[in-house]
Amino acid sequence: MNEMAEHQAGTHASRSTYWLVALILAIITLLEVAVFYIPFLRTAIAPILLVLSATKFALVAMFFMHLRYDRPILTAILSTGLVVAAAIILALMLLFGALRLMAPA
Amino acid sequence: MSTHATTFGVPHRKMAMWVFIGSECMLFGSLIATYLSYKGKSVTGPTPDEILNIPLTSVSTFVLLMSSLAMVLALDAVQRDQNNQAKLWLGGVIVLGGLFLAGQVYEFSHFYHVGLTLQQNLFGSTFFVLTGFHGAHVTVGVIWMATLLAMASRGRLGPERSLDVEVAGLYWHFVDVVWIVIFTVVYLIQ
Repeated sequence: MNEMAEHQAGTHASRSTYWLVALILAIITLLEVAVFYIPFLRTAIAPILLVLSATKFALVAMFFMHLRYDRPILTAILSTGLVVAAAIILALMLLFGALRLMAPA
Repeated sequence: MSTHATTFGVPHRKMAMWVFIGSECMLFGSLIATYLSYKGKSVTGPTPDEILNIPLTSVSTFVLLMSSLAMVLALDAVQRDQNNQAKLWLGGVIVLGGLFLAGQVYEFSHFYHVGLTLQQNLFGSTFFVLTGFHGAHVTVGVIWMATLLAMASRGRLGPERSLDVEVAGLYWHFVDVVWIVIFTVVYLIQ
C-alpha cells in the first residue's frame, strides 16, 4: 500500500470531538489555576496538578495527535520516550538530593 | 517524495516524526530534571515565588492549547479539500503561536529588568534554558506553519498533501504537550 493510501485509511475524530476536547482542556486549565490559588489545597497541590496535567497530556495525545485511532506502534514509541524521560527525571532528582526515597537518618 | 509505508504500516515520514518526538521527550525530560534538581538551591534571588506571573502564563497556556485545536482543524480541512478553511485555521495557528511567543518575550524581558538573568542564579539558568528551548521549538513550528499557509495560498495543499500537514501537526501538538508539563512543574508547583 502506498503512503497516501495508507494515510487515508486511518480514521480520525470528528470536528465536534475536537471542539469538545478543547473545551475539556480549557476547563482543566482553569481548574489547575484555581487549585493554585485555593489555600486549603496547598498540601495536596502537587499530586492534584500532576493528575490534571497528565489528563491534559493524554487528551492531546489521544485525540489531537490521533494516537487513539492510529497504529499501536506509535503509542509504544511515545511511551518509550516518556518512560526514559521519567527515569532521567527521577534519577537526577535522587542524585542531586532533590528527592529522597527514605527520610535522612 | 517517499511513497511507501514502513513494515508497521505507517508512512515513513510520520514514523520518523514519532521517533523524533520520542527523542524530544528525553531532551525535555533532561531539561525538566535539571530544573527540578536545582530547584530551591539558588543562594540569591529572585526566586520563582517572587517573580513568576501565573495569570499571564495561564493565558499563554490557554492560547497554546487553542492553537492545537486550530492545528487539528486545519488538518481536517486539508483532508476534506476545504482550502479556505485550511488557510483560516493555519493562520489561526500562526497567530496563536505568535501570541504565545510574544508573551514569552514579554516575560523574559520583564525578568531581565527585575534582575533575573541566565547567570544570576540556578533558577535563572535552568528556567531560561528550559523555557527558551521550548520557545525555540514554538518558533520553528510557527515558521513551519507559515510555509504550509503559503502552500495553501497557492492552492498546493490539497488532500494529496495531507500527510505534510499531519506531520507538522504532530510536531505542533508535541510542543503543546511539553508546555502542559512545563506550566505545571515550573509555574504551578512552586
